Amino acid sequence: MAVRRRPARDRAPRRRFARLPVSPRERITRPMWKYSDQVYDHFFNPRNVGTVENADGVGEVGSMACGDALRLSFRLDEAGRLAEVKFQTFGCGSAIASSSILTEMLRGKTLEEAARITNEDIASELGGLPREKMHCSVMGREALEAAMIDYYKRQGKQIPCELLSQGVLVCHCYQVERDTIRHAVMQNRLRTVEDVTHYTKAGGGCQDCHQEIRHLIDECWEKLDHAAAGGGGAVPGALPLAPPAPAAPPAREVRIREVIEHDIARALRNDGGDIELVEVRGHEVFVRLIGTCASCPASQATIKGWVESQLREHLGDEVDVIEVKS
Amino acid sequence: MSSDPDGGVQAPGGFSLLDGLPPAPADGVYLDNNATTRVAPEALAAMLPYFTERYGNPSSMHHFGSLAEQGVIEARGRVAALIGAAAPGEIVFTAGGSESDSLAIWGTLRAYPDRKHLVTTKVEHPAVLGLCRELEGRHGYAVTWLDVDGSGALDPDDLRRALRPDTALVSVMAANNETGVVFPVEELGRIVKEAGAVFHVDAVQAAGKLPLDMRVSTIDLLALSGHKLHGPKGVGALYVRKGTKLRPLIMGGHQERGRRAGTENVPGIVGFGAACVLAGQGLGEENSRARGLRDRLEAALLAAVPDCRVNGERARRLPNTCNVSFDFIEGEGILLLMDRVGIGASSGSACTSGSLEPSHVLKAMGIPFTSAHGSVRFSLSRYNTREEIDYVAAVVPRVVERLRAITPFGRQRATF
Repeated sequence: MAVRRRPARDRAPRRRFARLPVSPRERITRPMWKYSDQVYDHFFNPRNVGTVENADGVGEVGSMACGDALRLSFRLDEAGRLAEVKFQTFGCGSAIASSSILTEMLRGKTLEEAARITNEDIASELGGLPREKMHCSVMGREALEAAMIDYYKRQGKQIPCELLSQGVLVCHCYQVERDTIRHAVMQNRLRTVEDVTHYTKAGGGCQDCHQEIRHLIDECWEKLDHAAAGGGGAVPGALPLAPPAPAAPPAREVRIREVIEHDIARALRNDGGDIELVEVRGHEVFVRLIGTCASCPASQATIKGWVESQLREHLGDEVDVIEVKS
Repeated sequence: MSSDPDGGVQAPGGFSLLDGLPPAPADGVYLDNNATTRVAPEALAAMLPYFTERYGNPSSMHHFGSLAEQGVIEARGRVAALIGAAAPGEIVFTAGGSESDSLAIWGTLRAYPDRKHLVTTKVEHPAVLGLCRELEGRHGYAVTWLDVDGSGALDPDDLRRALRPDTALVSVMAANNETGVVFPVEELGRIVKEAGAVFHVDAVQAAGKLPLDMRVSTIDLLALSGHKLHGPKGVGALYVRKGTKLRPLIMGGHQERGRRAGTENVPGIVGFGAACVLAGQGLGEENSRARGLRDRLEAALLAAVPDCRVNGERARRLPNTCNVSFDFIEGEGILLLMDRVGIGASSGSACTSGSLEPSHVLKAMGIPFTSAHGSVRFSLSRYNTREEIDYVAAVVPRVVERLRAITPFGRQRATF
């Protein structure tokens, strides 16, 4: 329940000291984050709340489990401009504010113009967002993409390729794709995994993808540095070799078996599922899901993240849980 | 856009989360007493002379020093009295609850270098949790993390099974800071004692709210904090039962009988002592008053807000704590909006902590993420009034209703 105070704002010059409260009103409207006035305005007075009736496109991103979710719907006029844009958001203050300001930014634009709105545009329109909250602006951009894709599908039109991502999941806990991460790194010049988590949520759960995110950051920076040095086309980043995995000491395997059989299986059995340990190879833990768990595709990603976090909590080091089909 | 009477900007179309919410009362309503408390005026008054008149170093040989020393001696007796310690010498003053926990855990492990195992729970305060993770990850200790059930309760048999011949220490909280759920520490302590391990209890939240009597207890080490019971911040204590082996963390001085070096925080210690006297006096009547107000608030919220529930076993809780989940909305939004109408509380949602995962306590209890994100903790103190509670009980349902008006989720549709 700790409330952290972090005055840092994205790309805005950092204030050396948090501004002291000047009036009772300001005192009570500046709680845990140093949000801008625009964020407060759009949070307290959100514009265009609701769903558009007979919408031409609807985009839904996030989920209640993830902690934020946004439904964006729009209707075009005869000239092909966005006549009505509405939103519904489950999430924190900056998520609600990002959604609200996006609806204002979109009104009157053509879809081609709308497609050029980046998460950065959303954040800067809000006067900047705290670094930890940049993912709220990314969610806005994603909902816009999803709504536009929905529109093109309904119309039977070809979806412009910049709206289609490669669809390779890097972060399974928060369902973040490789291109989302690449895009965030390039656009916002991100240097660390922590930054990527703040912008995209990727890596915020089981941390299993941290190595991969680090590779993506290196790859992007090679391109950025190359471009800065006046170089031409993109240089494919050479992936550094992963260190050889140490052999699992028997004691560790015993401990893993203990945790899986004692803690994890017990919880799954409550829902009619079960799990068994197949093999431990270095950091890789091979398991088999049984019962209802095995036949439920939706739960598998969740179970992987959860089993990994349970093992990590008990073992205190990295594990990669891999499901073996029976 | 036009300005509303409150000076804010009204959205076109007029939708505002503030619709129907009253202006904040001048002083606000502080319901975040598990985070910290207001210093009792009596404690402040007791402290003041020690800044400017009795400012000597308690270790000094002169009159100035002995005036300060008198203050520390008196305060030590007062802290000892609150928890029923057999002798004032069993109290070691520290810089707060986190230091007390660190001293207890590190100090015990260093006193028993051959024992490499410790037991704690998954719902401890970060002061214990973070240290145990560090010990497990970087110092070669084996840690057994005890589970809790959906009501936040611990199974004593789990502890019995976890104990090993090389178990140095068991560290358990007396009451949970987020849910208020109380652990049966004496029952657990008997199990620990049978196994011959040291028993540390984090009583930072419990002290002053639950009766504690070390003379008839199995507890070896007990951590306390000043600012959770209307004392000042930056001071705490560790009760060390006579005969308990403990190595210091901070060395280089004879203070606190060599168990905590460094010149004493005399004003802080004096304020802490004065706060302990008040807490002891308030254990009966004041706590039942807080319990009455808490129950009144809880009943009102449960009656007025659909799709909300209390987290944690209601019958076995601290008298001042109420942790509620409001489905379909997120905690930070609730806090921002409540803050705007003058109510200070806290949330177990991910967004308020800067991490992506909601509260580890609610997670350990198996509360679904979807509920944990919308959890709010109200924690009361002796200074709350019935008028304040009635204000909160009237306003919070409206806050929830406003936020639910803009969420895509609801009973009909709980996920995308």
